[in-house]
Amino acid sequence: MPRRGGPPEVNAGSMADIAFLLLIFFLVTTTIETDAGLDRMLPPIEPPDQDVVIKQKNIFTVNINKNGQLLVEEELLDLRDLRARAVEFLDNGGDGTCNYCRGGKDASSSDNPTKAIISLKNDRETKYATYITVQNELVGAYNELRNREAQRLYGRNFTEMEAEFLNPETPASIRDDLKDKVKAVQDLFPQKLSEAETSASN
Amino acid sequence: MAKFNKKKDGDVPAVSTASLPDIVFMLLFFFMTVTTMKDSSLMVQNTLPNATEVKKLEKKDRVLYIYVGKPTREYQKVFGTEPKIQLNDKFANVSEVGDFILMERAKKPQELQNVLTTALKVDKEANMGLISDIKQELRKVNALKVNYTTYEGDAFRNLQ
Repeated sequence: MPRRGGPPEVNAGSMADIAFLLLIFFLVTTTIETDAGLDRMLPPIEPPDQDVVIKQKNIFTVNINKNGQLLVEEELLDLRDLRARAVEFLDNGGDGTCNYCRGGKDASSSDNPTKAIISLKNDRETKYATYITVQNELVGAYNELRNREAQRLYGRNFTEMEAEFLNPETPASIRDDLKDKVKAVQDLFPQKLSEAETSASN
Repeated sequence: MAKFNKKKDGDVPAVSTASLPDIVFMLLFFFMTVTTMKDSSLMVQNTLPNATEVKKLEKKDRVLYIYVGKPTREYQKVFGTEPKIQLNDKFANVSEVGDFILMERAKKPQELQNVLTTALKVDKEANMGLISDIKQELRKVNALKVNYTTYEGDAFRNLQ
């Protein structure tokens, strides 16, 4: 005998329960990752073949003591002024070979951004949070200068260009174009941040 | 006029729950796409510091994680309250960091072995001494690319 009224309806009332079950499973087993941070390169452990002589005026020393106070170029400095001081040092262009620098051309400060080195030293008892803040300010100083140059040359910010370049979803054609630009701006202000081994406090 | 009285009898009609599964599925897909699987449960307190100049860590398969912080309350009886290093699912000494990196590196495919990044997830209360020791260990095994994982936010809030 043929069935009348088509196949019977499947009861979908418990669908919500099943979906909730799955939802709760995903809620407990996964996390929203914090996957951003400050990228740094550590120095290789082998000492360089020959000693490189660096002029004292090309080194910008930053010392952090165990109380989180800063000693910058032998004088006490507030953390909030660090970025401006670092920019001033990097952008100085003392020997006149840097045609894009807008600094004071102070003969007693750095010669050229490509020669300028920031040396960061910290105590073993320095708080990690303080150290990150200092790192952040120093990276910020570099980014500020790089943004300025990228704006001048290409009309957009360096940080934005770099983020787009590093994003794997960017099409390859745009990436190739950005690669040269990013490299060019990096070469104008190369990040030379030396981290000496920490000193024990006594 | 029975025609007009009809509406009055009977209670409020039941709310249809037919679209409830759709809503829940929507939530489910949202969570499935924005979250990632936990690979190890945290045994240390891990409040990261804030920073503004952050870069995104792309490509999860190229990242090794090292956690540092005070042991959480349940482990404090055994391990004390000094900041400790957590590698995968157990506490470790500084001297084990190098071996851990080499072992994890060997597990990765050949083409990724030279482009690995070490993400340091360090509690903001930790001291730099321990971090410096870890950095020294990382230099010994030539794992030079590090990322200090932070939250995005005003860096000066770290100081309070």
